[in-house]
Amino acid sequence: MANRLLSNYGGTSRRDVLKVSAAVGGGMLISFTLPALSRAAAMGEAAGAATLNAYVKISPDNIVTITSKNPEIGQGIKTMLPMLIADELDVDWSQVRLDEALANSEIYGRQVAGGSMATPTEWTPMRRVGAAARQMLIGAAAQKWKVAVVECETGSGEVRHKASGRSETYGALASAAAKLSVPDLHSVKLKDPKDYKIIGHSVPGYDSPRIVKGEPMFGIDTVVPGMLYAVFQKCPVFGGKVANANLDTVGKLPGVRHAFVVEGGGDLTGLMSGVAIVAESWWRAEKARAKLEVKWDEGATAQQSSDGFAQQAAALGLKPPQMSLRNDGDVAGALGNAAKVVEAAYHYPFLAHAPLEPMNCTARVADGKAEIWAPTQNPEPGRSLVARTLGLDSGNITIHLTRVGGGFGRRLMNDYMVEAAWIAKKAGVPVKLVWTRQDDMQHDFYRPAGWHFLKGGLDAGGKLIAWQQHFVSFGHGGRFQSSANLDENIFPAGRVPNLSYGASLIPSGIPTGPLRAPGDNALAFVFQSFIDEMAHAAGKDPLQFQIELLGKDELLPGRGQGFRTGRARAVLEKAREVSGWGTRTLPARTGMGVAVYYSHLGYFAEVVEAAVGNAGEVKINHVWAVGDIGSHVINPTAAENMVQGGILDGFGEALNQKIIIRNGRVVQENFDGFSPLRLSQAAPIEVHFLATKYSPTGLGEPPLPPALPALTNAIFAATGKRIRTLPIDTALLKA
Amino acid sequence: MNYTLRINGRTHTVDVDADTPLLWVLRDEVDLKGTKFGCGIGICGACVVHLDGQPVRSCLTAVSAVGGKAVTTIEGIGATPIGARLQQAWVEVDVVQCGYCQAGQIMSAAALLAKNKSPSDDDIIGAMDGNLCRCGTYARITQAIKQAAKTDLGAATSKKGA
Repeated sequence: MANRLLSNYGGTSRRDVLKVSAAVGGGMLISFTLPALSRAAAMGEAAGAATLNAYVKISPDNIVTITSKNPEIGQGIKTMLPMLIADELDVDWSQVRLDEALANSEIYGRQVAGGSMATPTEWTPMRRVGAAARQMLIGAAAQKWKVAVVECETGSGEVRHKASGRSETYGALASAAAKLSVPDLHSVKLKDPKDYKIIGHSVPGYDSPRIVKGEPMFGIDTVVPGMLYAVFQKCPVFGGKVANANLDTVGKLPGVRHAFVVEGGGDLTGLMSGVAIVAESWWRAEKARAKLEVKWDEGATAQQSSDGFAQQAAALGLKPPQMSLRNDGDVAGALGNAAKVVEAAYHYPFLAHAPLEPMNCTARVADGKAEIWAPTQNPEPGRSLVARTLGLDSGNITIHLTRVGGGFGRRLMNDYMVEAAWIAKKAGVPVKLVWTRQDDMQHDFYRPAGWHFLKGGLDAGGKLIAWQQHFVSFGHGGRFQSSANLDENIFPAGRVPNLSYGASLIPSGIPTGPLRAPGDNALAFVFQSFIDEMAHAAGKDPLQFQIELLGKDELLPGRGQGFRTGRARAVLEKAREVSGWGTRTLPARTGMGVAVYYSHLGYFAEVVEAAVGNAGEVKINHVWAVGDIGSHVINPTAAENMVQGGILDGFGEALNQKIIIRNGRVVQENFDGFSPLRLSQAAPIEVHFLATKYSPTGLGEPPLPPALPALTNAIFAATGKRIRTLPIDTALLKA
Repeated sequence: MNYTLRINGRTHTVDVDADTPLLWVLRDEVDLKGTKFGCGIGICGACVVHLDGQPVRSCLTAVSAVGGKAVTTIEGIGATPIGARLQQAWVEVDVVQCGYCQAGQIMSAAALLAKNKSPSDDDIIGAMDGNLCRCGTYARITQAIKQAAKTDLGAATSKKGA
């Protein structure tokens, strides 16, 4: 299944269709569709038949308006996708204007910010859109001048005929070009990469000049005439229901227009039970909530806690895994014969996403129609959810995509969207629902906690010959909860002759979901730490040990396009070079750690230099990151920013973050209990890219996973203390 | 209750409860959406505005406590030379990822540069550590502040020269 989907990477299928029509007010409108990977496919689930589409409008004044179709969550996609079209179209970036798309999968195909998937799926189709348009503009000029197409050139949004010295702007040619037949997308000639003028050159974020002036662009900034403001109180215990509430009291409080119970259903990803308070201002709604008294039917999840899960995990860890994920060679035999065996248990906690813009949504529902303004990463499942829950025809739901104040995977879910729509319908007026930070932190889809019980065996020469891993995770009936799985191909699978990955599952009522680099944000810590442990046990340099383990360049089975060991090796070699690995003399309690990881089609090696103070405090002095995301880094300024941000996000998880469940509810309420990395914890990060022959891939996720083990491996090098539990407990690191 | 506020040089009269945070007055009564809601307890910095030039957390500042003090928000800071330089540096350095925290970052940075024309890294941490950037654009925030500060020193030097 995966391979069939991957055949679409970097190419378009035979069902590609290019449509060109005259634009209103003159000019040319180009749209383009092809079947594309759906989000479900991207997440390794079943393939859905989706289409992809981009619009280019060229107006008579030679301004090129490109519709940016994907949600902008800070990953820079709004600027990046149009760069691909603009370069092949051969216009100057200063001629380009960008429009935000409505959510409409029939026109635009996949509109998802997730899985670092936009670059690999759009790299070729977007360039073809630009190139096809350019070819038609040349055709129009050649017809007009009665010259051969091959004699015409383009540049800066003009077609030029050298021999006669004639030139015309695209704007002047666009109407004629729109009447020409559409070129076959597969035979359309793409630029020689050496001629790129936009791709590979830094283009600052298109919206930044407006953002720094505080212009309203985010979901939370939405204003709809006549709207009221809502808060929604759900049961602190996941899945709990309202038994009764003092609605009479709350409904009479100043400014409150409506207070009602939402029954909700049993699906934790849908509309849950709670009390809605709708008021003239958000502050009055929130103030009224302070007077709200609800008796909850908390349900069975109230019995669950992080401590209880840990006890179950410890007990399961003593038994054989409930299910085998992979079994190569004879692990028990090899461990029995090994010259040295290392045993370790790793653990990481639940995490929240906590994007800085709290969940919010504005909705108007009337006459069987809904109009929604949503900061979502994933609008189409939101449309289905709203249609299903409110009994609307999905064709009668309009979704406006707003700028999103951080996604990190949280807004792949659309719970807040269905809440806003339901409340707006019931209130009979447009409603803006805004969650508090506490709502946000306590009603997330958490990165699942996990436990790993490992044994590794070395032969007399220090070679890794056995690896046994028992993963205790969440799920039931042999099925992992969302983002709680382990891919059986994760390295060192395929490079250790005797290797087993097994899993046991704990049932839970805690909602889980994808957090930036799902799975990998935790698994990289486990795998890359234990490889580091084995290197030290073998008395070998950890970087060299890993290079030898990767071995010769081969394509191993794995996620995405498979795992190319040579690419992992190359980023590691480059990291050795740029960091001065093994050549520098460091002060006491200062050390360097390394990790390499493949996720979301990208390869990253990272080296951290960290100092540990006598009180155990960790200071990250410097980071070197080397990435291989293929042949082109499309927008270098955004790419560097994304790598640095991804690594700091990883450090925040390693140093600061833990969500604790007690009595079926989340203990943490705000950034005091659960903090992203702060400026004082940040470190200088040097970013390098290796240009390789492979098609370009995304950057939202792959820089993050190796950051955590590179840091904890550096702490080991500095102190001799092995961090096996996250977040890092600095009390264990005291001198 | 009616409150008369001076915001970005203009006078606004609003009818709100005395305990309404300035944040919600700005966002929902005066329709200045640049100041952002992030935590509601004064620890993320997304809501920083200036009162008589001093940075405050507008989510914790009741409207009744503002009095006659001049309120400056992200929409108004560009009218000051420091604010304009910071906004320009923010764009040139390409600081922004999601952008949600950046109004608060710029307001904190403007208060810093008003006191300290040439801040060190430690000065910047001291002034800016209360502003969370969930995307982790800290290196560029620091770089943009230094660039804006340099532009200032450059302008001062050339003025002296002239």
